[in-house]
Amino acid sequence: MENVIPYKIQLISIIGSILFMLFIFRLIVKGKLREEYSIMWIICTLVLLVFAFWKNGLDLIARYLDVFYAPALIFLGAIFAIIIFLVHLSVVNSKQQKQIKNLAQELAELKNKFLLSKKSSD
Amino acid sequence: MQKIAVIIPCYNEEDSIAHVIDEIRTLPENKLFSITPVVVNDCSTDKTLEVLKKLNCIYLDLSVNLGIGGAVQTGFKYAFHNNFDIAVQLDGDGQHPAGSIPDLIAPILATEADVVIGSRFITREGFQSSYLRRSGINYFKFLNKWLTGLTITDSTSGFRAINRKALEIVCRYYPDEYPEPEAIILYSLNHLQIKEIPVVMRERIGGVSSIGSFKSLYYMVKVSLAIFFIYIRLKFNGKRNTL
Repeated sequence: MENVIPYKIQLISIIGSILFMLFIFRLIVKGKLREEYSIMWIICTLVLLVFAFWKNGLDLIARYLDVFYAPALIFLGAIFAIIIFLVHLSVVNSKQQKQIKNLAQELAELKNKFLLSKKSSD
Repeated sequence: MQKIAVIIPCYNEEDSIAHVIDEIRTLPENKLFSITPVVVNDCSTDKTLEVLKKLNCIYLDLSVNLGIGGAVQTGFKYAFHNNFDIAVQLDGDGQHPAGSIPDLIAPILATEADVVIGSRFITREGFQSSYLRRSGINYFKFLNKWLTGLTITDSTSGFRAINRKALEIVCRYYPDEYPEPEAIILYSLNHLQIKEIPVVMRERIGGVSSIGSFKSLYYMVKVSLAIFFIYIRLKFNGKRNTL
């Protein structure tokens, strides 16, 4: 179990993680990604980077947790992170729906008031 | 003189809305209350808005389709902000008898109730809805009885009157989709007096019901869940009305 992550794939994952991080940074700089959502992505890339450099890390943790097949731990962690993030997105979505509802209701009331004042000034 | 707003949520009701408004306007005048129809156009895709413009009535035009609950809440907010004493909810499809509005608000005027629901199942007259829908209504009757101890025979009825005390609550929170059964729990757990009176409903004049047969199952599950969660939220949260 010494070479869970071979040399070539280690290089690829390091480059991949760095590229991913640069991509996230670019999105923030361009204002396409709000900082509060970017925190999660930055943490993700950092975790990826750590394991890309630390060859035996995954193996060590797997052994510590009595996981027989180390890569299974990656899937577990990744799926868990994805689910959490999806829940987070649902929360954000619900909040936005509520805000849109309030905006639409206020706009409807304002349109009504505007029409009334237009009628009375005519 | 009490100011009554009759809130009429509309989604594609170009055929029936004019008739509904006419019916409200022909109600006999009296010294106790004045009735003002307030139509909420829930982003209709047909000519509802053009019809409303010609009708010379108060209408609120939503730029985004919010669903029946969101539309009704728009009307509630309007009624609350414009100092109406009572808000009556009446569907735009002509099912609800506008002629029964005085009966519906009578218990509120007599301060016997905060919320009055028009039920088609007390005297069992008029349009009784489909078998499937009636079974659903029976299920909600049981659910309501279990959670609040109240027997509401027609929990899906959208023909209701509420006073200012209730208005304040629904301005803060009102369910978006299929709000009627959930709202009963909301009223009841906020210690409002709920009363049912018999009304005779008709079959819709035009348009399509907001609940198709495919959606029935979703309706049951969604409303059950909503009732369950609002019950927990209001019952055990301690922080009432902070929805």
